[in-house]
Amino acid sequence: MGERVTMTINGMSHEDEVEPRTLLVHHLRETVGLTGTHVGCDTSQCGACTVLLDGDAVKSCTVLAVQADGAAITTIEGMARGDELHPLQQAFWDEHGLQCGYCTPGFIMTAAKLLSDNPNPTDDEIKIGLEGNLCRCTGYVNILKAVRTASRRMLSGSTAASASARSSE
Amino acid sequence: MAVSQLVGARVQRREDPRLITGHGHYTDDGEPRGCTALQVVRSPHPHALIRSLDTARAVAAPGVLRVLVGADFRAVLRGTMPVTPSFVADKRQVPERFPIADREVVYQGEPVAVVVALSRTAAADAAELVDVDYEPLQAVVDPDRALEADSARTHAGAPDNVCWDVTYTGGDVAAAFAEAEVVIRERIGQQRLAPTAMEPRVVIAEPDPYGGRLTIRLGSQNPHFIRLFVSQALGMAETQVRVVSRDVGGGFGCKISPYPEDYLVPAAARLLGRPVRWVETRSEAMVGTSHGRGQVYDVEVAAKRDGTLLGMRLTQILDVGAYCGTFGAFQAVAVYMAPGAYRWRGVEGRTVGVLTNKVPTDPYRGAGRPEGTHLVERMVDRLAGELGMDPAEVRRRNFAEAFPFTNPFGLVYDSGDYGRTLARALDLVDYPALRHRQAALRLQGRYLGIGLSTYVEICGLGPSAATAAATGGIALVEGAQVRVFPTGSVAVYVGTHAQGQGHDTTFAQIAAATLGIPIEQVELHHGDTDEGTGFGYGTYGSRSLSVGGMAIRGATIKVVEKARRLAAHLLEADEADVIFEGGRFAVRGSPAASRSFAEVALAAYGPDLPHGMEQGLEAVHYFDPANFVWPFGAHVCVAEVDAETGQVTIDRYVAVDDCGTVVNPMIVDGQIQGGIAQGIAQALFEEVVYDPDSGQLRTGTLLDYLVPTMSELPVPELSRTVTPSPINALGVKGVGEAGTIAASAAVINAVSDALQPFGIRHVDMPASPDRLWRLIQEARRP
Repeated sequence: MGERVTMTINGMSHEDEVEPRTLLVHHLRETVGLTGTHVGCDTSQCGACTVLLDGDAVKSCTVLAVQADGAAITTIEGMARGDELHPLQQAFWDEHGLQCGYCTPGFIMTAAKLLSDNPNPTDDEIKIGLEGNLCRCTGYVNILKAVRTASRRMLSGSTAASASARSSE
Repeated sequence: MAVSQLVGARVQRREDPRLITGHGHYTDDGEPRGCTALQVVRSPHPHALIRSLDTARAVAAPGVLRVLVGADFRAVLRGTMPVTPSFVADKRQVPERFPIADREVVYQGEPVAVVVALSRTAAADAAELVDVDYEPLQAVVDPDRALEADSARTHAGAPDNVCWDVTYTGGDVAAAFAEAEVVIRERIGQQRLAPTAMEPRVVIAEPDPYGGRLTIRLGSQNPHFIRLFVSQALGMAETQVRVVSRDVGGGFGCKISPYPEDYLVPAAARLLGRPVRWVETRSEAMVGTSHGRGQVYDVEVAAKRDGTLLGMRLTQILDVGAYCGTFGAFQAVAVYMAPGAYRWRGVEGRTVGVLTNKVPTDPYRGAGRPEGTHLVERMVDRLAGELGMDPAEVRRRNFAEAFPFTNPFGLVYDSGDYGRTLARALDLVDYPALRHRQAALRLQGRYLGIGLSTYVEICGLGPSAATAAATGGIALVEGAQVRVFPTGSVAVYVGTHAQGQGHDTTFAQIAAATLGIPIEQVELHHGDTDEGTGFGYGTYGSRSLSVGGMAIRGATIKVVEKARRLAAHLLEADEADVIFEGGRFAVRGSPAASRSFAEVALAAYGPDLPHGMEQGLEAVHYFDPANFVWPFGAHVCVAEVDAETGQVTIDRYVAVDDCGTVVNPMIVDGQIQGGIAQGIAQALFEEVVYDPDSGQLRTGTLLDYLVPTMSELPVPELSRTVTPSPINALGVKGVGEAGTIAASAAVINAVSDALQPFGIRHVDMPASPDRLWRLIQEARRP
């Protein structure tokens, strides 16, 4: 009944047997044990489950685990280097970009892709880039600030390397 | 940073490092060994009789361990789900609610069976094989229609659909209306909303053969109440049940009351003798997790021609849903808060709770105060329009000024300066210039509106005398315990719980400041009923800081006082001469003789104690506030309506709030920003819609239920004044709901103001493009 899938998750190779209908998010959470990727809806509106798949931000509730066979996945757990936070993580902390924190991993992963495509986005570009993610706590004010701050710091090279560099490793 | 400056400091949140790295612990992030999966089979009908229920095919499905129905649970669960008096002690009928239906289903989504299987997919597959033969009955959908004598009944055979019908009178209403020079009337809606915490509900129950105990893990705003309710239902002692709630992905009120699954999952775990997990899907949340608001008001206001408010009469029709929510009648507080920030001769409010075939309504962010505020703020604006006065002037003329101020219902507002927050807000928007701009734009056929909302809210539940009656026995005070270990590290336990409010940080700031030690030495514990005081009262009604924070402060002071006695003994000084500053106990006048807090902590576990003192350094404190606390503020929304499309664009949103003393300004601003977002969401976007005939939910997913995204919300400009509360030593009030309480009125006042040239006096929520376009089209029709 199972299909064998192999994927590189946060730089580590994982080979597992999955039911063909298993969603990538459930595979990550239940089988691989990476519970930082969250599930907030069942219709792909909320974006809490966003991960990077071969460098693209995808809602992992819309991808079957078998479709990710052979792919390189980055989850929120793969963003920091040891104790050194990714600039987006640091900026979310510094700017109070989270309250309950449930949507935060999805926002950080979507923002990582946004900044890798467009390192210096305008506010409107940030808003459009992140409108596939829902937050119920912050009113988005400090999320916007956090992405701005991370962009500025990444451009000036004052903190760690960008997410895209990481995910392509 | 100096410890003495900790209160008031922008301390970065201590909970964030785990949350931004994916290492938070939400309920579904950990499962016990051998955990099974539970799937709930729900009624697709809002109202039906169960003719038969056949589980045979489901039982035979692969991986299925048990299929349980009502009768199975009736054998192990006692009584019915709790309903508190809240603000309506005298209810006409309270339908008995058992966590699972076995004869009649009364709302879409009501549980009728559960499947427990080895995996989630096996449980989900088997749930589809449970055969239920329903006989559909007429659904009661519209609350107004439900009150008519020939309406169908929400519960077959019930005498009517009235849950309660009570009138509260404050002051001399008849005299107020007799004196009136102008009376205005309006019907104002409050649509049903889905709280939509981003983390759906999850319940994991694990029997522990060692000691026969049961651990229940769930995301909760008040774990101790869940322990109380569920242990009683299971016939277990409270000591035998542990409720654990760690990171919670948002609450907003919908994680206060117990839910059917909070009983069914633990009961199933005990029946199977295995851990059981249930994870709510968003679709289940939309039908099964409590909604908020769902009200309509008929209101009339009496005033003088100079704008002096005299009297108000209002009727609140509240859509209770199919059962009365545990704290559902809390929403009737709208009546008590309808007087708002103003002086009145009399206010009379009737609240009618109406049963309908929908999921129950229960507190949602603000719970009655947004509704009361929306009502009075709309009516003040309506009056200003009627009299041709400036709405700011009508407000100034009627503000409560002398504090403490007693409102018509006898509620005593602790402190305030309503004129000051309004003046600040008007300054920030340059109000006169804005009115000029509005006039100029109107000449160009552009419709700009300016909306004010000068709210006051009741929070900090609450004084024991008032709150014990509201819960039916338990006073909503708060308990905290402070334990100092021999090395001087400090564990603080409190009975509130956080769902994103940053208590780990704010509460540690208070404890560390009181103890004079670095914040890193303080660890905060909450959300686990096996720790801390015997009972905890939870987080709702913006109470955590003003009640829980004070409990922490009280317990910490007790610890300091014991340490001071011990330090005096160690320093061979008179206790009265020992001062505690900067984390050291010193003898007045001879600073060289001193002991650090950690040295005293170690000594507390040693042999050399003053006569009669026991070892140890720990204390418990329960804080019972003398009154509620009363945050207030002035919000201004500037919005433009496109008359051709009905689209509303918020130009500026300025908020001046006063929540008393601020412990952490970063967190306070975050609460205001998020609160405003939810108020704007109600004003412009969100609405739970049921089909008026069939009673089927039409907004069953986040595709149909419009939680606003980043593109739809403005960045509010924030300012504050600080009027400390005299009710507690910290001077704090509350801030978790203030933004929501203020915002819907500010936005709708702006939209209504914008549409004044069309002769439109009132706009209901959500002020969606289609609603506004229709209103404008009707107004333009000759």
